[in-house]
Amino acid sequence: MFAIPSAWRPAALLFLAVAALLQHAVPAHAQEAPDVMVKRVAQDVLATIKTDPLIQAGNEARIREVLEAKLLPNFDFTRMTALAMGKNWRVATPEQQKRLTDEFRGLLVRTYSGALNQYRNETIDYKPLRMNPGDTDVIVRTAVQRAGGAPVQIDYGMEKKADAWKCYDVVVGGVSLVTNYRDEFNEQIKNGGVDGLIKTLADRNRGVAAK
Amino acid sequence: MIEIPRAAAMLTGSVALTAVLLAGCAAAPSRVDPLEPMNRALYEVHDVVDTNLVKPIAQAYVDVVPRPIRVAVSNVFNNIDDLFSAINSALQGKPDKFGNDMGRVILNTGLGVGGIFDLASEMGIERGNEDFGQTFGVWGFGQGPYLFVPLFGPTTVRDGTGLVVRIALGPVGTIPDVALRNSLYGLGAVDLRAQVIGAGELVDTAALDRYLFIRNAYLQRRRYLLYDGNPPRENEEE
Repeated sequence: MFAIPSAWRPAALLFLAVAALLQHAVPAHAQEAPDVMVKRVAQDVLATIKTDPLIQAGNEARIREVLEAKLLPNFDFTRMTALAMGKNWRVATPEQQKRLTDEFRGLLVRTYSGALNQYRNETIDYKPLRMNPGDTDVIVRTAVQRAGGAPVQIDYGMEKKADAWKCYDVVVGGVSLVTNYRDEFNEQIKNGGVDGLIKTLADRNRGVAAK
Repeated sequence: MIEIPRAAAMLTGSVALTAVLLAGCAAAPSRVDPLEPMNRALYEVHDVVDTNLVKPIAQAYVDVVPRPIRVAVSNVFNNIDDLFSAINSALQGKPDKFGNDMGRVILNTGLGVGGIFDLASEMGIERGNEDFGQTFGVWGFGQGPYLFVPLFGPTTVRDGTGLVVRIALGPVGTIPDVALRNSLYGLGAVDLRAQVIGAGELVDTAALDRYLFIRNAYLQRRRYLLYDGNPPRENEEE
């Protein structure tokens, strides 16, 4: 009866972006369309989160375990890191690119697991996919319906890889969780070079607070 | 922190600031945030005040006031904003959105008992989210420099100007009783802060630099709203 106010609440929504991408236990079918994949994954994940007693109890370790096992294989972290780096990506050496990817992955996973901890009862609407035959880069659009409240758009940038579609961007209410880092990365690189950025990311992943 | 016109209403100081900046920044800046040093200083002020005063008040509000009442408060304010969304839909020449917004307002004001119940959302009629800042954008005005206003949060010259217009049109500002008027402004501000109570922790976890994280999220969000949810793709390397 009572509607939840529809103001933008990133913390309450991030975990849904994550939830929708958690992977089904059954390996993805190679020919599966990206929107079908997102939907299948989301349906399974919503059920998992609701029923796992450790997750419901807020067990961080269990959440991380689920993320590592089910969510992360669906992301293309190298592309995500390249997107967040922008033109600086080509300045970095292959070794730096690998370390950046590892540390950025760590940062995103920590953010996601914190957000996932807040999961309650939301459902997801799936918008019709606009895709031409042969497309290898599409946006899968969803809307998270909070109980009685206004929906929030969550879009997934998906790229077709050799084995399956991979997600390279999550856009919550119009805010890309990847490109939102571009200015922060730029700033770090301007001040301390690529190695400075790697150090900052590593420090953050070890629990050093942001300024 | 985003889309919070009511919070600004209690801050005549922010209105004055915006007016000053409007006068001083007529020329189009080359960057989105030419006033970054000033904005960062204002963000630091905001952070101290928010941590020590505003957030604790909002938390107390959440802890003390039962959820149905808080939802009702949000709904009443949202219903007023929906009316302004309808006005802005009309100003932007979007008859479908205007009809949608007006339908919401009529339904929620009538059957929803003055907006206490958001029946329109229950029926799947989505909120329009149009405002004067977006209208100015549709009319061709650039967003101008980014601004961080203590207590209110992120905005731009264009969005801040939209807020000045919004506040001037009321309805809370037209209430003659000063105590009642200020109480309603205060309630609106607390309501908005309470809605994003968990967002600060997310930013603390996710951000390398909270100021930049908030700025970029705000600007992305506003661009998305300006294009009604379908912004053109940006160059991946820009």
